Formats: sequence, structure tokens, C-alpha cells
Amino acid sequence: MRRTRWLSHLLLVVACFFVMVPVLFAVIKATQTDSAVLTPSLVPGGELLTNVHAVWVKARLGVFIRNSLFVALLVTVGKTLTALFAGLGLVYFSFRGKSVVFVLILLTLLLPTEVLIVPLFDLIAQRPPAGWVAFWSWLRDPVKVFLTPLPHGLGWSNTFLALTIPFFASATGVFLFRQHFMSIPRELADAAKMDGAGPLRFLWRILIPMSANTIGALAVIQFVYVWDQYLWPRVIIRREDLQMVQVGLNLIIGTGEGVQWGYVMAGALLTILPPLLVFMLLQEQFMRGFALSQSK
Amino acid sequence: MKASPVFKSRSLPWLLLVPTLGILLVFLYFPVIQSFVLSLYRSNLFLGTQRFIGLENFRNIFSGTLAPGFRQVLLQTLLFSGVVVVSGLAVSLALALLANQPVRGARAYRLLLIWPFALSPAVAGTIFLFMFNPEVGFVNQLLNVLLGVKPRWLDTPALAFSIVCMAAVWKNLGYNIVFYLAALQNVPAELGEAAQIDGATGAQRFFAVTFPLLSPMTFFLFFTNLAYAFFDTFGLIDIVTAGGPVGAPPFDHAGVTSTMIYKIYQDGFGGAANLGFAAAESVVLLALVAGVTVLQFRFGGRRVYYGGA
Repeated sequence: MRRTRWLSHLLLVVACFFVMVPVLFAVIKATQTDSAVLTPSLVPGGELLTNVHAVWVKARLGVFIRNSLFVALLVTVGKTLTALFAGLGLVYFSFRGKSVVFVLILLTLLLPTEVLIVPLFDLIAQRPPAGWVAFWSWLRDPVKVFLTPLPHGLGWSNTFLALTIPFFASATGVFLFRQHFMSIPRELADAAKMDGAGPLRFLWRILIPMSANTIGALAVIQFVYVWDQYLWPRVIIRREDLQMVQVGLNLIIGTGEGVQWGYVMAGALLTILPPLLVFMLLQEQFMRGFALSQSK
Repeated sequence: MKASPVFKSRSLPWLLLVPTLGILLVFLYFPVIQSFVLSLYRSNLFLGTQRFIGLENFRNIFSGTLAPGFRQVLLQTLLFSGVVVVSGLAVSLALALLANQPVRGARAYRLLLIWPFALSPAVAGTIFLFMFNPEVGFVNQLLNVLLGVKPRWLDTPALAFSIVCMAAVWKNLGYNIVFYLAALQNVPAELGEAAQIDGATGAQRFFAVTFPLLSPMTFFLFFTNLAYAFFDTFGLIDIVTAGGPVGAPPFDHAGVTSTMIYKIYQDGFGGAANLGFAAAESVVLLALVAGVTVLQFRFGGRRVYYGGA
């Protein structure tokens, strides 16, 4: 038994080392001087703060990170709210067409935005119609709506509207909240109603406090999802001062000639930090509210 | 027996569902319809011109001068996804099994293994791009000292393809290990002990007890990883190789690291700016996604959950 335990430790250390290698490498290189970065040297230097400062200010990573933080937080809050409302509507009310609505929401789980990049770009980037009259005459004609390309769009390119509004619905969220609400004893809802609480008060006072795990899990999934977005901001945002962090990283690398690798590595590490922080803070909720439920 | 609803209202449930339904209808369902519409047009991104051409875009996908490029990219996408999903899941499962052992400091080991959850494809790409840089990258500097060689990693088709696969697998390790560890917590220890008393070896125990119990999770991860390989690796590919390099025949019609989504991006938003053709390719990709979904329902029964956000 002794021997196997020793072996387990050895294997684990080797495994952790291999998983860590690329990032350890990035950490070391981010601390070196411009000239040492280009040598095989793996001795940590004292230039970490210089590199961080250079990439944050000169290469404008600070702007990209602020943009991404703003968008990611907004989308996370927006998605959580719409999903809470939808969950409330689906579990505590009965209405005609409920199962159709649920299937309609659930099906979008299978539909990644990336496949729709071309029509989505068309819808969002084209100039808006001249006025309500023009919009209304388009909307009233099903042939125009469903059978011909869009004559107008929303005119949202190079705005945060394009990065937030289309993502304010979450099928994952609706699914998880519905599941969770259905597991809450019905007596609670009945009691709340007896006390004179309406649906929204019930949501605010009882359902939300009881959904900490699900909300935490969703926050992790959604924050990381928005933070990692690449293709959509790359096509819809053409102004550098509005760019998201992942595309910004590519802008910082530039064309490949004379890349400042020391500060690019510092930039890569800074880009990992926010999702790492969110994951560390909400790890328990994530495991209980999402990961564990997947294996049942 | 169906319980009566807690709250009674005709309009309120719809009001609660309007935000979700509105967004999904406008920004997902409507674009699906528009993909089909646009695929029937010749449409240029920069000029804004549009002309109805029927099924010509689809004819061009399947025959003619553009067809070999499409076939090549389709094949590459399947190969890339196969490699990323199978090796990614195998490595993750092995690491999760290791980290699941009741040793001292198990929590620390687990943390050191699941932190890549925070990696993005673009960050993974950036680090690999530097490590495999032919001149100043650490890998070549090491190889040069040891063996006196300096492979052109990112310009050599087979090497570039393997680097992109490696980076993609590495990026997703954290995600997969988190889920496998969660699933392993639900595997009752008594089963393994019972098998051990019956004289089963470690390998026998794994294949007879643990692996079958993990199959719902493997099933779930198989499809989330497939979606990852198809779509989320875009940023990684864009940074490491930008879809290149062009291979030797029959892989000489497109860059060997271009996946379907990368090709759609290049055709629609690159130099040709041919949105109609890109829309037609999207329709084929949609059909592929629909096919995978059907498989998932067929074999998964109730396990329809797909991940993503």
C-alpha cells in the first residue's frame, strides 16, 4: 500500500506539471527583459510589472479588459434575470402552449450562434429602416420577412448593443431554473400565496434566495462564455477602443514581425485572471448547481 | 394527476416569457430562416449587392472549382474534431482518475488540474504560438541545442495541424476534468471494493465498474467537446495559424487547419466577401449539427442537454 501511494503522488506531480507547463512558461517569460525573452533562458527576471504596465497601457489591454468586463457582467446579469422570469412562468403558471414554448427554448441549446454568423451579421450590421412606417410595411409582408434578404438591420455594429442584447436569453438558464424550481416543495409556494405574496414577490423573497447554487453555477458558465467570445466581436466590432479582450489579444500580437513576446505573455496571463477568479469564488456552487447534476 | 397551478393569470406568464422568447426568436430562429434565404443569393459584404441565383451556391459547394476546397475542409473538420474529442476525453479521464485517489493533498492536486477551465481558446493559442515560434520559441531553441534541428512548426502542414490539436486538447482539459471528477464522486466506493475482494485487477475494475458508471458523463462530454471542436476553437486557429498552411495534394485547396466555421468566416468576411456562398456553407453546417443532434437524441434518450450558454 505504501508503494502505491508514493507512486500516486509521483504520477500526480508529473500530471500537474504537464498541465501547467505552458502557463509556467508564460509566467517566466512575462517576468523577463525584452532581450532575455528571446533567449532559451528560463530564469525568472524582475520585469513583470514593466511588462504588465506596457501591455496594459501601451498595447491598450486595459481598454479591452474593461470592455469585456462590462459586457460580460451585463450579459451575465441579463441572462440570469430573463432565465429566472422564464423559469417562474414555466413552473408556477399554467397556460396554453406551455410545452411548445419550453421545446422552443430548449431547442436553441443545440444551435450555436457561430453557425448563424452570416445572417446575424446581416441583421445587426445593416443600417436601420428610415422610420417606423418603413419598418411596419416590411413587417406586414410575410414574403418580405421570410423569403427575401433583409433590406435593413439594427445598425448596431461597433456598439455594445451588438455584444449584449442578442445574448440576453439563456436556454441553459431556463432549463436549470425550471429543474430547480420543480424540486422545491410546492407547499412553500402555497404558503407564500396564503401570506398574500404575488408571483414577483415570491420570486424575489423565496425562489432567488433558495437558488444560490444554480445562480452561482450559471454565473460561472455565462461569464466564461462571454469572456471567451471571439468570432462575433471580431466581425461586428471594427473599432479598436470597443474591442473585446480575446480579439484584443490578437491585435496585440499584431502581424508577427518583431512581436514583444514578454508583454504578450503578460497580457495572456492577465486575460486568464478574471475567469479564474470567478471560477475560484463560485467553484462550490458550480459543482453543486451544475456539474453534479449532469451525471445523474 | 396534474396539480393545479400556484398562480393564476393569463397575461403574467407570457410577460415573464417575453424577454427570453423575443430574444430567441429575433436572434436565433429568424437568422436560421435568413441563412436559407441568403444562401439563394449572390451577396457581397462590401458592395452590399444582392441578386437571386437559386441553388447556384449549393452547386458550387458540391461541384466545380470551389468544391474541392469545401470537401477538404469538411474532411479536416471531422478529423480535427475526432482527434480533439477522443484524445481530449481520454487524457481528461485518466487525469481525473488520478486526482480522484484518496491521497494527501488531493484538493491541491485537483485545483492544479482543473484551473485550465479559465483558459480561453485565444489565450491557449497565444501561448502555443510563442512556444512553437521557429526562431524565438522555446521548443525550437531546445531542439536546436539537443538535436540541431529547427522545424518550421507552423508552416509545415502536418506539424501545424498537430499543434492546433494539442493546444485545443490542452485548453479543454480543465472543463472535462471538472465534470469527470464530479461524476466520479457519484460512483459508490463499495462497488470497486466489492470487485477488489472478488480479485479484480485495477484495469478490470475500471472497465467493468467505473467506466460503465461514467458513461452518461462521457456521453454528455462527447457532445459538448464536439461542439467545442467545431465552433469554440475558432479563436485558437485564428491566432496560431489563421487557417493555414496549405498542404500537399489532395490537401492543397485550403489551409490544413481551417475548420468549417473558419472557412465560413473567410468566405463571408475575408477577401471574397461572398456572404451568399458563406450562408450556403452555413446551411450545410446547420444540417450537420442537426444530424449530430438526432444522433444524440437517438442514443441518449432523455439526456438531451448540450451545454454552452
